[in-house]
Amino acid sequence: MIDIEPIAAPGAPLARRNPVAKVAAALVFSFVLLATLDPVAPALAIAVELAVLPLFGVRYRLLARRAWPLLASAVGVLVTLVLFAADRSGRVLLDAGPVLVTSGVLVTALGLVLRLLAVALPGIIVFATTDATDLADALVQNAKAPARFAIGALAAFRLVPLLGQEWQMISMARRARGVDAGRNPVAKLRLFVSTAFALLVGAIRRGTRLAVAMDARGFDAGVPRSVARRQRFGAADWALIAGAAVLAGAALTVSVLLGTFRPLIG
Amino acid sequence: MNHTDSNRWRTIDIVVAAVIAVAFGVVFWAWGLVWKAADPAFAAAPATQAIMYGVWLVPAVLGGLVIRKPGAALFCETVAAVVSALLGSQWGGVVIVQGLVQGLGAELAFAAFRYRSYRLPVAVLAGALTGLSAALFDFFVWNSEYALVDYRLPYAALTVVSSALIAGVGGYYLTRALANTGALDRFPVARDRATV
Amino acid sequence: MGSVQLRGFGWRHAGRKRWAVRDLDLRIERGERVLLLGPSGAGKSTLLAALAGLLPEDSGEQEGTVEIDGLDPRKARERVGIVFQDPESQLVMARCGDDVAFGLENRGVPAEEIWPRVDEALHRVGFPYRRDRPTAALSGGEQQRLALAGALALRPELLLLDEPTANLDLAGATQVRRAVADALDADTTVILVEHRVAEALPLVDRVVVVEAGGGVRADGTPEAVFAAHGDALAAEGVWVPGHPVPPRRAAGPAGDLLLTADRLGLPPRLAPTDLRVRAGEALAVLGPNGAGKSTLALLLGGLLRPGTGGVTASAELAGRDARTPPHRWRAPALARRIGSVFQDPEHQFVTGTVRDELALGPRRTGTPEPAVLATVDALLERLGLAALAGANPYTLSGGEARRLSVATALATAPRLLICDEPTFGQDRRTWRELVDLLAGLRDAGHGIVAVTHDADFVAALADRTVTLERRP
Ligand SMILES: Nc1ncnc2c1ncn2[C@@H]1O[C@H](COP(=O)(O)OP(=O)(O)OP(=O)(O)O)[C@@H](O)[C@H]1O
Ligand SMILES: Nc1ncnc2c1ncn2[C@@H]1O[C@H](COP(=O)(O)OP(=O)(O)OP(=O)(O)O)[C@@H](O)[C@H]1O
Ligand SMILES: [Mg+2]
Ligand SMILES: [Mg+2]
Repeated sequence: MIDIEPIAAPGAPLARRNPVAKVAAALVFSFVLLATLDPVAPALAIAVELAVLPLFGVRYRLLARRAWPLLASAVGVLVTLVLFAADRSGRVLLDAGPVLVTSGVLVTALGLVLRLLAVALPGIIVFATTDATDLADALVQNAKAPARFAIGALAAFRLVPLLGQEWQMISMARRARGVDAGRNPVAKLRLFVSTAFALLVGAIRRGTRLAVAMDARGFDAGVPRSVARRQRFGAADWALIAGAAVLAGAALTVSVLLGTFRPLIG
Repeated sequence: MNHTDSNRWRTIDIVVAAVIAVAFGVVFWAWGLVWKAADPAFAAAPATQAIMYGVWLVPAVLGGLVIRKPGAALFCETVAAVVSALLGSQWGGVVIVQGLVQGLGAELAFAAFRYRSYRLPVAVLAGALTGLSAALFDFFVWNSEYALVDYRLPYAALTVVSSALIAGVGGYYLTRALANTGALDRFPVARDRATV
Repeated sequence: MGSVQLRGFGWRHAGRKRWAVRDLDLRIERGERVLLLGPSGAGKSTLLAALAGLLPEDSGEQEGTVEIDGLDPRKARERVGIVFQDPESQLVMARCGDDVAFGLENRGVPAEEIWPRVDEALHRVGFPYRRDRPTAALSGGEQQRLALAGALALRPELLLLDEPTANLDLAGATQVRRAVADALDADTTVILVEHRVAEALPLVDRVVVVEAGGGVRADGTPEAVFAAHGDALAAEGVWVPGHPVPPRRAAGPAGDLLLTADRLGLPPRLAPTDLRVRAGEALAVLGPNGAGKSTLALLLGGLLRPGTGGVTASAELAGRDARTPPHRWRAPALARRIGSVFQDPEHQFVTGTVRDELALGPRRTGTPEPAVLATVDALLERLGLAALAGANPYTLSGGEARRLSVATALATAPRLLICDEPTFGQDRRTWRELVDLLAGLRDAGHGIVAVTHDADFVAALADRTVTLERRP
């Protein structure tokens, strides 16, 4: 079901980089690519992403599993675009009433689908190799995030798998007390909503108790916190971010040189 | 609204805000699947799928209404986005920025009332503003290739409406319901409950 | 250092009319080891929370004063360590070492001192794993020991322990108690709350009994207190050593077969198990933590789908549904035939008040309203919950919540009742009420399966036992 452990070889050269650097690199890479609507730059970017995958210790199969919903969305993009493209220039390929497919539409669709993939993959790769504790530590130590908020969020994140089990428990408790939906879809929906609500209530109660336990151990006592796990942000981490910027920029440049570049705005 | 004595976050504020975000991070994970599964139902007019949009924005309004501190809406929505990224969101890291932008909308609404009023109209405004910020983000970043009148504008308008309803009104009544269970007893929403 | 002074202390939780504790005058000196006793709901957990500075001003009303070394406990938090009853909600971090280090970081202990202190604390409680072990992969006993290590690493002058061995198997409880005994410095003050006095006595040199209505009932060395007040205290609900409870054996032989489990299992949680339950008998399921007892209870209760083997209900139990296994029955039919009590009471609560909680089951199974009300009132009275009828189930004390969850199942009087740890956290009197209720149900021809670590309970009620082994 829901798994919160990182799922990549932690020793891989890029997986070992500072989590903040990894997230920053992914964001830089993604946002540079958001700037264009052509198919060439994202295609190049995807090639780069697939090429660096082994350096992150992520297997291709894993990426495919995490990215498949994206492919499904790509189909949606295609359908929507065929119906609602702003730009219908180019040769007419198919004209069936409201559906007017031109070469221009197809190029745009290809561009959008590739862009979607190219923009999402860096984040998927980076988060698959990042441990939540390390991320929180690095956010505090290297990105000047307020410690109380980062650690509080981290403590709450630990509850994710417990919430999954809780869902099961709540459902069983209702059944044991004679509450079920049978085959009626409306009753099913109501039971779903009431279970989700109970889950939220339970989560808040847990959170309240957790906060008390944290206070009991001196969280927020007013003394400056020390750090047990040092996160370093070194030259290699800067290099990772710079590398991401350079590679994404290179993909754009190639696209500009080939004359395919289409800026997002303008 | 007498509970404005301190804007400093207590531990319980931080953890419960984060827990709300985490719970919704999990809900988002499931909602993403529902959204996909519902695609065919909206095939005729894909822009109308934006009526489901409000669910993505509930934590922003809920967080603001429960915690009642500056930054609560922003914090909740952002953490929810980070959590869904950590859980393997298909949208990758961009959701984090998207979460920030969306949280900002609700935050502005609460700030406009100087973190003093948390009534239904404020909640609706927060829902609408967070919907607006989400719609603007999508309008420029994701939907720029679509037809303006047939798709982009209705999509954006529906996003705002959906957010005002689902996140705004929904968030308000969800807060009420949560307070009635006693789970929010240590928060200002839970004043005046009967004693036993 | 580490001394406690209470003067007329009282606390009333917000939303309650009754005071949880009241009129407490007590002085505890540095280095004393105190066992805090009192009936369930007398306010022991509330008192510990007050000492740890964990009762926020906005969550209730205070009377009198409480001081740690002359300070308000909210300002003396760094002198106090506390281990709660529920281990799960007191672990903060995802890895064991990080969790122990959490408190040290909060205190600003220099980085180079942190890990040696973490290792020392883990060693003192005999923690068997490496620091990077995920906290989610620990059994209840191991979590409890980790929580103790987290408290000890801070070198508290006052250590508060709230039923730290509830729900642990014999080995786990012994381990935690030994860890407490070994881990203490001579000048650490300890206050321990524990209903089972006999096990706790080796750890303490003073006993304080608080009264439900407020005030201190008895105070002194264990020998003195139990010699002077032993009989009276036992009658009031304290587990005084040497006051055994009368057993409640079955009146007659067991009756018809109700349920058969055949190679029933759910890998990896439960290995295949064979079991038969008859009407009019009480079957105790024993075994170490993690053996799969709770899983077995859920499977027998028709709440989980079996992974291997199956459950067959006899016509006696199932009526027309005898050919389908319980996990496929509709919920109202299931609730009428098989009742389940979950290990964690809070998992079970569905409604907003104690009264509604009790009435839900009978209503769902079609009992007429006057009968529902009569049943509910009788149960409230017998289990000492009458004053709490309007309270939210989640605000109950540990023992009260347990009684309520058992009572919800008793309210429907199912033909077969499956309870998971029905007696934890009970004082001697509520314990006897529970045993009487269960025995009464059994003697009326119902079948009872009880998962338990409670040896007294087995001795008093069980007609037969089954022991599960933990798989290697
Ligand atoms: N958060 C709360 N809100 C309202 N009432 C509470 C809360 N916590 C405890 N109480 C009530 O205060 C009283 C004392 O509870 P407390 O948990 O201190 O009892 P206890 O002596 O520890 O009992 P037990 O042995 O059953 O654990 C109980 O009646 C309980 O219902
Ligand atoms: N929902 C779940 N999903 C996966 N594994 C589980 C789940 N619940 C329990 N387990 C695991 O299955 C095993 C058996 O658990 P179970 O709760 O049945 O043990 P138990 O005998 O009741 O232990 P205890 O005495 O501590 O209550 C344990 O190793 C536990 O970690
Ligand atoms: Mg207690
Ligand atoms: Mg169990």
